Amino acid sequence: MSQIYGLTYRGIKAVKGPLVVMRSVPEASYDEVVRVYSEDGREWLGQVLEVTSDSTVIQILGDTEGLDVSSLVKFTGEPLRLPVSMEILGRVFNGSGVPIDGGPPVRAEERRDINGAPINPTMRDYPDEFVETGISAIDGMLSLVRGQKLPIFSESGLPHNHVATQIARQAIVPGKEERFAIVFAAIGLKHDEVLFFRREFEKFGALSRSVLFLNLANDPVIERITTPRVALTAAEYLAFDQGMDVLVILTDMTNYCEALRELSAAREEVPSRKGYPGYMYSDLASIYERAGRIKGRPGSITMMPILTMPGGDLTHPIPDLTGYITEGQIFLDFDLNNRGIYPPINVLPSLSRLMKDGIGRGKTREDHKEVADQMYSAYKEGTRARELVQIIGEAGLSERERTYLEFAKRFETEFVAQGYKERRPIEETLNIAWRIISLLPETELTRISDRTLEKYHPRRKPPTGGE
Amino acid sequence: MQRIVGEGEEETAVGRIIQVKGPVVAADRMRGAKIREIVRVGEEELIGEIVRIRGDVAVIQVYEPTSGMRVGEPVKRTGEPLSAELGPGLLGLVLDGLGRPLKRIAEEAGGPFITRGIEVPTLPRDKVWHFVPKASQGDALTPGDVIGTVMEGAIEHKIMVPPGSAGGRAEYVAPEGDYTVEEVVATLSGPGGREDLKMHHRWPVRIPRPFKEKLDPSELLVTGQRVIDTFFPAVKGGAVAIPGGFGTGKTVTLHQVSKWADADVVVYVGCGERGNEMTDLLHTFPKLVDPKTGRPLMERSVLIANTSNMPVPAREASIFIGVTYAEYFRDMGLHVVLTADSTSRWAEALRELSSRLEEIPSERGFPAYLPDFIASFYERAGRVRVLGSNRDEVGSVAIIGAVSPSGGDFNEPVTQHTMRYVGAFWALDKDLAFKRHFPAINWLRSFSKYLEGLRNWWLSETGQDMMEYRDKAMALLQRASSLEEVARVVGEAALSDENRLVLLAAELIKEGFLVQNAYHEVDTFCPPRKQALMLKVFTEFYDRLRPLVDAGVPMSAIQGMKSLGALRRLKFVPPEEFDSALDEAVSRLEAEASSLMAEVRA
Ligand SMILES: Nc1ncnc2c1ncn2[C@@H]1O[C@H](COP(=O)(O)OP(=O)(O)O)[C@@H](O)[C@H]1O
Ligand SMILES: [Mg+2]
Repeated sequence: MSQIYGLTYRGIKAVKGPLVVMRSVPEASYDEVVRVYSEDGREWLGQVLEVTSDSTVIQILGDTEGLDVSSLVKFTGEPLRLPVSMEILGRVFNGSGVPIDGGPPVRAEERRDINGAPINPTMRDYPDEFVETGISAIDGMLSLVRGQKLPIFSESGLPHNHVATQIARQAIVPGKEERFAIVFAAIGLKHDEVLFFRREFEKFGALSRSVLFLNLANDPVIERITTPRVALTAAEYLAFDQGMDVLVILTDMTNYCEALRELSAAREEVPSRKGYPGYMYSDLASIYERAGRIKGRPGSITMMPILTMPGGDLTHPIPDLTGYITEGQIFLDFDLNNRGIYPPINVLPSLSRLMKDGIGRGKTREDHKEVADQMYSAYKEGTRARELVQIIGEAGLSERERTYLEFAKRFETEFVAQGYKERRPIEETLNIAWRIISLLPETELTRISDRTLEKYHPRRKPPTGGE
Repeated sequence: MQRIVGEGEEETAVGRIIQVKGPVVAADRMRGAKIREIVRVGEEELIGEIVRIRGDVAVIQVYEPTSGMRVGEPVKRTGEPLSAELGPGLLGLVLDGLGRPLKRIAEEAGGPFITRGIEVPTLPRDKVWHFVPKASQGDALTPGDVIGTVMEGAIEHKIMVPPGSAGGRAEYVAPEGDYTVEEVVATLSGPGGREDLKMHHRWPVRIPRPFKEKLDPSELLVTGQRVIDTFFPAVKGGAVAIPGGFGTGKTVTLHQVSKWADADVVVYVGCGERGNEMTDLLHTFPKLVDPKTGRPLMERSVLIANTSNMPVPAREASIFIGVTYAEYFRDMGLHVVLTADSTSRWAEALRELSSRLEEIPSERGFPAYLPDFIASFYERAGRVRVLGSNRDEVGSVAIIGAVSPSGGDFNEPVTQHTMRYVGAFWALDKDLAFKRHFPAINWLRSFSKYLEGLRNWWLSETGQDMMEYRDKAMALLQRASSLEEVARVVGEAALSDENRLVLLAAELIKEGFLVQNAYHEVDTFCPPRKQALMLKVFTEFYDRLRPLVDAGVPMSAIQGMKSLGALRRLKFVPPEEFDSALDEAVSRLEAEASSLMAEVRA
């Protein structure tokens, strides 16, 4: 209780859910962090939502049970900050940045505002370095680049955690020495899921280069709002001050959005679609846009948010607004999963917007773009043929449709499917692609130029070349 | 003008904050302040705009984050509405939503992150421009009249008497020489007194700049994108919306239009979208060369970047500042294209403000005045006869706005209202995008009201009756679409061969013509003549092959013709080799067709 001397005030008029209304206080400033102390010595963290000439409205970060009009309020005069230094590596924190691993407090080099500040668009460096994840569906069709924000759109019951850890374990920028770090933010996650990530990080020796921020399912809902922000503050420090290539995993962003909705309801705001606040797009952008690279600085933040789509619905506000902000999405599919395909990536609704500048000659291979385009359109044809089979049976298909049906099957079982421990170099991925493409007659290969066909088509090139 | 001032009603220049709630701040002691007036808020003098007035209390929307602001801090009035600074130096700039150069902000902030309270003017103050006078001492000058010119890259930047001036006789016109934008280049003396004119002036962004008259748009805005130019054309001075869910191709299309449109000046407004997309433009524009002038595209462009993580209230400002820049260049007699990505983010900013002001929401929480705001933006597009007593020049502003409907569903207020105010509508389609059929412009749901006037344009520019080909192609695509519906139920094999020929011909148009790869060095831009000749051949395809089907040539043989590949790849042939490639493809097609015919007859 020693800290409560100083700018400490009595004068709470009402407590309404997570909101505290108190009298006007000259020091109170909008958005600053306050600490509230009850007479029996309990402590809460809060944030100023509104200041007026006759009142101050405070949002309590946590359950307000036990807080009443006799409680004291201390104004800190600053936003929520995270102490940063290289000591954060290998440590575990809660969702507001307090160590929970029993270790000593972090000796801070600096204390940073967890909200960060927008990167000046003219100071960004365009992300164009291909990251080889060793997963064919991603490397071949949705290439990831260093500094991209690429979420996994999933559903509960699907192996998104495996996909994320496989990427974390296998991802490299070919031909580049790098200082790699993982920042992991668990947002409303179950204990066993957190254990899974920890165990996996440990297995591939990344725990000492990781920073974990954990808000578990039974932790305060409101702390889900700060969890991704403290995590990104740590990531920005490691990337842009220390020059590390940081992979940030934020999971599960659906829990974040639900916390945001709860907060908004408590503030009695006019909701937008499905009760989520109208500002959710901008709020999510203030998180996702912290990924990237900066001119003249060596590090990068590559971001992989994971979200579970309520009801598998891509048009639900959470995946919808996320997709409008992120640079693509990796879509996991129940149907593929049921058919035993791992990773169950459905490439059709998936996309990597930054792929175009990360691939091709000198980066992956000159035929990459055309191969990917052709695979997309052929796979789409194949899935259409498959729908048709449901209606008229396989016998009713034309010869062309039957070829595409076969294409789709082999695309899924030979190209998409691979082991959790399997790491395929990009050459191998592209060679598998050609093997499947060559199922189709050449007149169907409309997305591939003659020159590329000449050089890479298995039936045209000499059998030894390239492979 | 005289005004009676009652007791306690004295105007004050400085008010006092009584409430801070996010970006909305209330201040009292603001008597005399006007709605839409710009104020400086708090000790840090953040930029704000008055949005409501009640008695001596003004409600202010602040364009920068208000964290740390307290009750009692001052609010200073400026007496000026939100205005754009216009003059030489604008081209090539990258500005934030309030018109501040982002490079200067980085210098002032001393780092890559944007800090608040930075004050930098739009136009460089130290740069000198070579001024060549066009008016002489003694001339009677009115708004729009050209005082002189400076060269800005390849653009002759006209220094005009600003529309707000009272006009008058030129007492002084600066001799040819080098001047900064701050120096006086002319002095007028008129009924209102003497007026010093500099090379720059300010204009309130919400007020359209005046012109003599609005003209009918009749000239194609060539974008080099086949599905657009041929099927759903835009015109110089037109208004276009491009709605689509995420990943359907709004941004890529707007980038393509900004790169390739045959405009003199391009204003690109990135409103509430991704930072890396602006970086992408900054990366490519300086490298791309304007075919007309041979100079880097950046020299004819103004980029406004108010990305999704930058202050939300500035989204609205960014849109109106952008359109004011566009009108300014239009007034020089230039053709301007303004692209805005995305207007939905601006509408959402309006919704957020409206909800903070506790207004009664209308559809989906948007304020009832949303349609008026959308209209006030698109109505600033147009082809006009510009101001000026002895100028007979035409300039234009074409507006192309992206719309991002939630859930990709066009049945929402922003898409629906926008549709009413635009002349062309490029409806993007998720299914096409999933197939990587780009541009994913759905040919059955899109429209352009500008088609009518363009038949003559195509005839005189390419010698081809493009509208006839278009109608034929459209009819074929429509037939194919209903046949596909049937095929979805019974399978393609169950269709008649004639029907399957329709599907093949339509497929050829889709793959060979409509699909256009923005990232292919040749395909990225297709000149009008090439477009016309390609579509001509594709629409003749059905007629050429129909006799084969009638004669009983099996569809599988027709589908297997080698010449189909050559036709489909015509789009990748550079314009200079196109004519011979076209001839060759057509003669190969005819040779194959005749031999198939001969086989079946034998
Ligand atoms: N004309 C085009 N050519 C090739 N690819 C395209 C084209 N248009 C869109 N794309 C692809 O679609 C992706 C999404 O396009 P984008 O314009 O960013 O969508 P939106 O702005 O609607 O979310 C791009 O990253 C690119 O891969
Ligand atoms: Mg976009």
